[in-house]
Amino acid sequence: MAIDTQARSEERRPRSTSGGGYHAGRERPAGGWELWTWLFMRVSGVLLLLLAVGHILIMHVFDGGVGRVNFGFVAARWGNPLWRTWDWALLSLALVHGVNGLRVIVQDYVKWPAIRFAVNMFFYVVTFTLFVLGTVIVFTFDPSKWRPA
Amino acid sequence: MAKQKSDIGTIYKGSPGQWSWLAHRITGVAVILFLFAHVVDTAVIGWGPEAYNRVLRVYHNWGVRLLELGLVAAVMYHAINGVKIMIIDFWPASTRHYKALSLASTGLFLGGMIPITWIMGHEILKLAGVL
Repeated sequence: MAIDTQARSEERRPRSTSGGGYHAGRERPAGGWELWTWLFMRVSGVLLLLLAVGHILIMHVFDGGVGRVNFGFVAARWGNPLWRTWDWALLSLALVHGVNGLRVIVQDYVKWPAIRFAVNMFFYVVTFTLFVLGTVIVFTFDPSKWRPA
Repeated sequence: MAKQKSDIGTIYKGSPGQWSWLAHRITGVAVILFLFAHVVDTAVIGWGPEAYNRVLRVYHNWGVRLLELGLVAAVMYHAINGVKIMIIDFWPASTRHYKALSLASTGLFLGGMIPITWIMGHEILKLAGVL
C-alpha cells in the first residue's frame, strides 16, 4: 500500500532536490518542460508580487477602493501609458501563472486522460480568449469616443 | 484495500507545510476564477460609460464587498506564502528554520490583514447601513 503510493508520486513528481522532506510548494521537477513551467511560476510570482499586490492595494483597498472606480476613473488612469502597460503585464502574467496552476492541480486530481484533456483544453481556451479580449481593450480603449468633444 | 487520500494527490502525505500547501491551492484557484470574471467585467469598458458603470454597480453591495475582502485576503496569502515557497526552493538550508518561516509568513499575512480589514470593513459597514 505504502509502496504503491510512493511509486505513484515518484512517477508524477520526478525526484526532489529540496532536502528534509519539507515541502511548501511543488517539488522541483528534474528537467524538461516541467522544469521550465516550475521556473516560470517562480519568476512570474516575483513580478506578480509587485503587479498583483500593487493592483489590489491601489484598486481595492486604499483611497476608497472599488467604490471610487467608474468609467471616468479608468479613463483617467489609462490616460497614463504606465497603467496600461502595468495592467497588460498583470493580465498576461496572472492568466498564464493561473492557468499553469490549474494545469498542475488538474494533473493531481483528474486522472482519466480524456477528461483531463477536456478540462485543460477548456481552461486554455478561456485563458486565450480572455487574453485576447483584455489585450484589445487595454490597448484600444479610447474614452474620447464617448465624450462630447 | 481502499485507496488512501494521498494516492490521488489530495494531501501532501502529512509532511510539514501540508496546510499552507492546501491553502496555497485554494487561494490560487479562487484568484484565477475571479480573474476570469474580472477580465470580462473590465472589458465592458470598451462598450462605453453606461455599460461599464452598470456592471460596476455589482460592487456597490456590501455582500459583494465582503467577497472582495476575501479576494484581497486570498491574493495576500498567496503572495506571502509564495515568497516562503521561493525561499525554501532556492535556499534549501532554510528548511532548518521551517517553523520560523511559517510563523513569519502567517504573522505577516495576519498582520497585514488587520489594517486591510479595518479599511475595507469600514466601507462594507457603510454600504450595509451600519455606519
